[in-house]
Amino acid sequence: MCLAVPAKIVAIEADTATIDVDGVRRPVNVSLVRDPKVGEYVIVHAGFAIQKWSESDVDEWRKIQEEMHSLE
Amino acid sequence: MRKRVGAIRALGRKIGRPVKLMEVCGTHTMAAFRSGLRHLLPENVSLLSGPGCPVCVTPNEYLDRAIAIAEQSDTMVATFGDMVRVPGTRESLETVRAGGARIHVVYSPAEAVVFARENPGTRVVFLGVGFETTTPAIAWTIKEAAGNQVDNYSVLCGHKTIPRAMSALCAAGELDLDGFICPGHVSIVIGADAYGPVCRECGLPCVVTGFEAADMLQGVEMLLRQIAENRSEVENQYTRCVRDKGNTTALGLIEEVFEQCDASWRGIGVIPGSGLKIRGCFAAHDADRVFEKISVPPGRERSGCICGQVMRGIKTPHDCALFGKACTPSQPVGACMVSSEGTCAAYYKYARKNGDME
Ligand code: SF4
Repeated sequence: MCLAVPAKIVAIEADTATIDVDGVRRPVNVSLVRDPKVGEYVIVHAGFAIQKWSESDVDEWRKIQEEMHSLE
Repeated sequence: MRKRVGAIRALGRKIGRPVKLMEVCGTHTMAAFRSGLRHLLPENVSLLSGPGCPVCVTPNEYLDRAIAIAEQSDTMVATFGDMVRVPGTRESLETVRAGGARIHVVYSPAEAVVFARENPGTRVVFLGVGFETTTPAIAWTIKEAAGNQVDNYSVLCGHKTIPRAMSALCAAGELDLDGFICPGHVSIVIGADAYGPVCRECGLPCVVTGFEAADMLQGVEMLLRQIAENRSEVENQYTRCVRDKGNTTALGLIEEVFEQCDASWRGIGVIPGSGLKIRGCFAAHDADRVFEKISVPPGRERSGCICGQVMRGIKTPHDCALFGKACTPSQPVGACMVSSEGTCAAYYKYARKNGDME
């Protein structure tokens, strides 16, 4: 139910943002995060963004992914 | 990562006695199996699954009530998919749906409010179960319905809070635990500081941990280091998502819509102050009040199912005579086999034979 991956906001209209995860777009409610902006990353649970990711958080996540793939 | 495994092994040797860590959250249970983490840990370090699967901890009485509501005329029950197949005392939502009851699976609770608005003749009841990760979204739907006069939308509230359950498990004294792997996504909402009381009351190290294999390894290492150094503190491994104070917007919304109450947990019983109920000012959207007249007999658990003890960490699915025989994911006897986060489902998928664990 919870996507532990960064979802990029590509559009916002009122409470609803469109997020993009690996090319898949979905509507997400953004009322639970403060001041969401296009281009920012969020973590999504049950159709709601519950936290923003900073750029450095996203970089850290990417590094972890690369490290894991290199072990496979 | 290899360096980390080395460090964990060294810490295991240094501690030199059996160490039991509880992963409170069902997603951690799944991740620990999927990533092979269990095989990387030293022999004296074991992982126990805890009560962090929302569907599993929801008692049959709640389900029986949801089913009775679904059977009312002009009523539709909206729910997350996990709830549909969970066996209640006699029926499941799935079986009453086959009999004509309207059960609608949603991905987001916001969909349920939209449906209610578009279908004013239907009473739409959302099954609000889950921990602090889910609660703010449900709170949002209640406020949205109240603000827009969507009078036919209500929530059957079965929400629970995690830290109280952790303290209660310790207080019960059945477990001899050495530390908690605290749930990542609950913590996004409540913040790492929320484990302060648990840590003090239980005298155990608590480490908020993320869900990637690398996160879990680091979380385990941090716990073992605390144990080796005789410390019990709250630490946060998952800093990329979890702040000390959590998500204050979400917490504010929970506070506005819900108030604390005692709650009954499957297999554990009533834990004082571990539940949430809808505040009186939102009574019109509280399914318990809207359907006040519906009463169900006390729920019963299926005989032979030891789901409750599995969730308390005192038994594993292998101790259940029904596991993998009478109870499988396609024919589940208990909730722990149904939910994708359930311990029995995780064992069935990754450790069906007892020996697979070692
Ligand atoms: S295997 Fe099935 S019957 Fe046994 S404890 Fe798990 S859910 Fe209950």
